[in-house]
Amino acid sequence: MIRALSKICLSAMLAVPLAACGSNWQSALDVHGTSAISLKHLILLIVAVCSVVWMLVMVALIWALWHRREGLSTPPQPGRERRMTIAVIGAVIVTAVIIGTFTIMSFFATRSLSVAGQDELTIRVRGLQWWWGIEYLGPDPSRRFETANEIHIPVGRSVHLKLEGLDVIHSFWVPSLAGKQDLIPGRSNELTIRAEQPGVYRGQCAEYCGMQHAHMALLVIAESQDDFDKWANAERNAAAQPVEEEAAAGMQTFLTKPCAACHTIRGTIAAGTTGPDLTHVGSRRTIAAGLFETTRGSLAAWIADPQTIKPGNNMPMVPLAPEELRDVSAYLASLK
Amino acid sequence: MKRMTSILLAVVAALAGCQREQRQLRLDPPTADALDKIALMPNGIAGAPPRVYFALGKPYEANAYNLSQGKRLYSWFGCKSCHGDGQGGSGPSFLDGWWYYGPEMVSIFASIRDGRPHGMPSFRDKMTTDQIWQLAGYVQTIGSYEGKTAAPSRNDEKQTRPAENRAPAKLRFDQGPSPVHLDQGPTP
Repeated sequence: MIRALSKICLSAMLAVPLAACGSNWQSALDVHGTSAISLKHLILLIVAVCSVVWMLVMVALIWALWHRREGLSTPPQPGRERRMTIAVIGAVIVTAVIIGTFTIMSFFATRSLSVAGQDELTIRVRGLQWWWGIEYLGPDPSRRFETANEIHIPVGRSVHLKLEGLDVIHSFWVPSLAGKQDLIPGRSNELTIRAEQPGVYRGQCAEYCGMQHAHMALLVIAESQDDFDKWANAERNAAAQPVEEEAAAGMQTFLTKPCAACHTIRGTIAAGTTGPDLTHVGSRRTIAAGLFETTRGSLAAWIADPQTIKPGNNMPMVPLAPEELRDVSAYLASLK
Repeated sequence: MKRMTSILLAVVAALAGCQREQRQLRLDPPTADALDKIALMPNGIAGAPPRVYFALGKPYEANAYNLSQGKRLYSWFGCKSCHGDGQGGSGPSFLDGWWYYGPEMVSIFASIRDGRPHGMPSFRDKMTTDQIWQLAGYVQTIGSYEGKTAAPSRNDEKQTRPAENRAPAKLRFDQGPSPVHLDQGPTP
């Protein structure tokens, strides 16, 4: 009963801001991660208890107004005074118990955010203006690999994230999976995420970090262990050599123009580290940190004029001839 | 009358506050193209920037955004590995009061774009024209003998020399008992 009531209260409170969101694409109420679930339970319990307390206070207030003593002429009545003292002491004790319980519960709920398990996957997440660098770490250096703006995790396994900010403070927030954690330059923060169900969960930088803060999104893709292993093995490979003539020409352009000075494509001489690793960019769902779906057209649009699409970002407008632009976009789209 | 004057002064001050430094985030391709066409003297030292450089109001020397971007490019493109924080290393220092190719923006631009003998690589195919100008502006600021009101962003790490906008070259200038460059000329 209380649970149902609290849900109604919470829904009513959140109905207005959430009216715009049709799906639960990025929502702290649509939870699929262990710590997000415990956080949701905690907030629902707190809202329910606080609603009950609020209603009791209102009832008591109305009762008191109804039975108010007119003026101060009536002499004090010992029995009544004693009853009032007991009521006040009782209210104080109940308040202390409720707040104490909340404190303990919130302590346990937030402690679960950084629970570390055995044999877990470790991923380094770097926050940059305005994209996410993702590096899968492991004991064997030859099996490490880099990607950007997209994290794949196996369902039901704890995944350990090492969060680092490289320029300003960012914050990692995938509401369906876990709470927020900041990425601070000069230190390494940690967060453990664990997805309970397969799915695609959107995340977003949650600390204002400059002009394109709003366009700094990432996707967490939770999949079965088999699918994850298949994906990770494909990611570890160097980029495929282009087969089509257009893509081959695009590769030549990419390597001789400024592109290669900032981006890495493993298997070629492009080894820049300033921009995202593009080894398998064609297989990622989005480009430019969640701005567009990855298609050849969106890649071409992005390369042609990044400063109109995402003003202030660090990708410069490289002058390319129309054929060169076509070739480069074909090449990048082919990097599956 | 006195009240009118003070109200007027307040309005003028408020309007003056509206003036904000402009950030040029996107350079039109024809402008970028024109900015590449510097007129260099035959020996590769000094010359004239293109006219569009003046039409834009010399945007790379005293615009804080461009200086900040230049500072980022300075570390992203590995300038530190030879020139350190500007005080040199295996490459020449920008603060020792000596410019091998002159202190003009065009010379610095040409050094970065085309490279120079004895190890300075060419960045023509690694950076865009806009980026080369931004980097040149930053290098010019480190080596400048006059402080600037525009400053790039601060370092996160410990400072090893005075900040860029405080004319570190002038503050750090030390001719010493035996100058590195014998033909160095007088103190700046």
